[in-house]
Amino acid sequence: MKPFKSVLAAAALALAFSAAAPMSAYAQRTDVVIGMVLEPPHLDPTAGAAAAIKEVGYANIFEGITRIGPDGQVQPGLAESWEISDDGKVYTFKLRTGVEFHDGTPFSADDVKFSIERAMAEDSVNPQKGLYSAVEKVEVVDPATVVVTLKHPQGAFLWNMGWGEAAIVSPASADNNKEHPVGTGPFKFESWAKGSSIKLVKNPDYWGEPVALERAEFRIVPDAAAAIPALLSGDVHAFSNMPAGDALPQIQGDPRFKVVIGSTEGETVLSTNNKKEPFDKLQVRQAIAHALNRDEIIAGASAGLGVPIGSHFAPHHPAYVDLTGTYPYDPNRAKELLAEAGLPDGFSATLKLPPPPYARQGGEIIASQLRQVGINLEIIPLEWADWLEQVFKGKDYDLSIVSHVEPMDIGIYARPDYYFQYQNPEFNAVMEELEVTADEATRNELYGKAQRILAEDAAVGFLFQMPKVGVWDARLEGMWENWPLSVADLTKVHWTE
Amino acid sequence: MIAFLAKRIGIGAITLIVASIVVFAVLEILPGDPALLMLGMNATPEALAAMREQMGLNEPVPVRYLGWIAGLLAGDFGRSFTYSSPVIDLILERVVVSLPLALIALTLSTAIAIPVGIFSAARRGRAGDTVSMGVAQLGVAVPNFWFALLLVYVFAVWLRLLPAGGFPGWGAGVWPGLKALILPAVALALPQAAILARVTRSAMLEVLGEDYIRTARAKGMPRRYVLWRHALRNAMIPVLTIMGLQFSFLLAGTIIIENVFYLPGLGRLVFQAITQRDLIVVEGVVMLLVASVVVVNLIVDILYAVVDPRLRIRA
Repeated sequence: MKPFKSVLAAAALALAFSAAAPMSAYAQRTDVVIGMVLEPPHLDPTAGAAAAIKEVGYANIFEGITRIGPDGQVQPGLAESWEISDDGKVYTFKLRTGVEFHDGTPFSADDVKFSIERAMAEDSVNPQKGLYSAVEKVEVVDPATVVVTLKHPQGAFLWNMGWGEAAIVSPASADNNKEHPVGTGPFKFESWAKGSSIKLVKNPDYWGEPVALERAEFRIVPDAAAAIPALLSGDVHAFSNMPAGDALPQIQGDPRFKVVIGSTEGETVLSTNNKKEPFDKLQVRQAIAHALNRDEIIAGASAGLGVPIGSHFAPHHPAYVDLTGTYPYDPNRAKELLAEAGLPDGFSATLKLPPPPYARQGGEIIASQLRQVGINLEIIPLEWADWLEQVFKGKDYDLSIVSHVEPMDIGIYARPDYYFQYQNPEFNAVMEELEVTADEATRNELYGKAQRILAEDAAVGFLFQMPKVGVWDARLEGMWENWPLSVADLTKVHWTE
Repeated sequence: MIAFLAKRIGIGAITLIVASIVVFAVLEILPGDPALLMLGMNATPEALAAMREQMGLNEPVPVRYLGWIAGLLAGDFGRSFTYSSPVIDLILERVVVSLPLALIALTLSTAIAIPVGIFSAARRGRAGDTVSMGVAQLGVAVPNFWFALLLVYVFAVWLRLLPAGGFPGWGAGVWPGLKALILPAVALALPQAAILARVTRSAMLEVLGEDYIRTARAKGMPRRYVLWRHALRNAMIPVLTIMGLQFSFLLAGTIIIENVFYLPGLGRLVFQAITQRDLIVVEGVVMLLVASVVVVNLIVDILYAVVDPRLRIRA
């Protein structure tokens, strides 16, 4: 058996140099296998923050009263239309009729009231309870009409209701959604082999446009090294976001696959503890900003695919302002600023890093860049649980690197107890105004103002927008190219031959 | 024999109790809040408090320990924090993958290693010995994940004979299930076989140098008979020890191979549970593994006594 190994090695080498592997013919198919790296802990979007929960369920199993489309815009969901009162406080939703949950329970306005009140309740474990902060009351007018009254006008209310966490659930099944999710979507949950795969089947009684796929499977492929062979062997047809790393060119050169680099809502930043010395000094933060060479960081930490950012905002959004030139890469200017701050010889600090490769690799690069201006960083790698405890909750850190993946989350800089410990009344005022503004143009203007304040304050080190590396079989169509929400919406996915 | 067994079982029970305390204590010290991990960076303090209450984390540590032990004694492993299903179900789902995988790998490695070890010992210093031990040396040195990737490229990507990974579940039939386990079992078995072959060879060599072997040969017994009946039996003690250790390793120490083949085995369950701070699952699985090591050691001890009657009395 042993000498056989060398035969295998030779065969594998031969394979590595032959681009043309055998291609098997498929008939027109109606099933798809989507690979995902992290397994969801459970499948209830109203009780867990893990992105994987929504990757499986959003738009497939669960629906909200509104939904967010692939372009990031709000679309009607279980509400087919709505009216907003002149003062912007009363939303009257007209709901779709003839809709059923997967267990056969009919959907009505009562379920909307139940879902919203459940998410707002004192014992709610909704990870995005903040989405409901403006809601005052929910009233059922008739089975197809529901009225939501807000405490104050909230510009983002319709958009908030399109989040995965705002799914509409039924009182009959809400408590069992972790293990057996029941929604109103075009796919029904079929089975979950823990650690292995989650299977969905087409919902024949779906109220809307029927989906092309009869079956969909989410297969857990936890290892980056396993992801490539999984695709090459045809076991997995698509990855919404592939952990490809250096192996990406191998797939890009293969005509059987389509590689689509899209954008996400993940702003990757050098988190800075604004209350801790010497980071409380503006010049020190500016010096760090001048010392960061984003191109180098992007090349090393995201295989050159990330988009540089100069503030906390996604470049694909209409309100985005390019502020990457606020403090351009200039180590000499950085040294001057440090001297002005009374630190001509630089200083030492820690850099606590969570496990993702972008943080660990980015950390090495940033440490070497800051060393050139006299800032010596000690790198401390942490596990996620530890990172959340020490850095996020305990605020016991100097610098860190993390991608902030919640959509449109610039408001975190206004939170008094947030781990950045950033405080700027001017910024908070902009956020307060934004909260009550509904007009799109005014909102975008305010977002622009907020971005500028953060950029000028160098509140944190703004690095890059996380890319979405979509890889799928070239014959598959309808996958999202960008990620305004990190989901795997299969409603439009179909095979072309 | 009964006294021997009673003593062994007693030692096993004490091991389990000590292990339960150590496991529980270590996980208590481990930093990280399971509720925060579940609800993420946007969670409100009230939502976190509600989640902690749901997870039962608000009780004092000794109360939780005693509750857990009482549950274990009644066969109740508790309920997972993250997956909301009973821990025992999670474990059983994984055992049906890990146990067959470990058994296939162990059978394969034994079937290869013992004949190779005996063959090498019998031909000590000759070409056959040099070649097979050279290959074994290579087998020990080659990392199993790399070998696993090679297997995947050849048999899954290139020849498309076997799946690249994943496990369809036994519900899909015995053959699809076995098919999914072949490559991982081979990847696990070969390095183990390499180690076992070397151990077998050296144990055999030691025994072959003993006086009673020469005596047996001098009495005119055939060489083959002496080798298999007299020598092998006496050389089995170290071989059994290694096999026992290997089985325990194969049951849960195969996280890397499980990742390469994305198999839902016990190793990945533990790994996942640790990173998600699903303490009750970690505790359950670790206890189960401790118990399996204790049982395997007990079986090995009994087998020692079977192959070497002197040990029955000494114990």
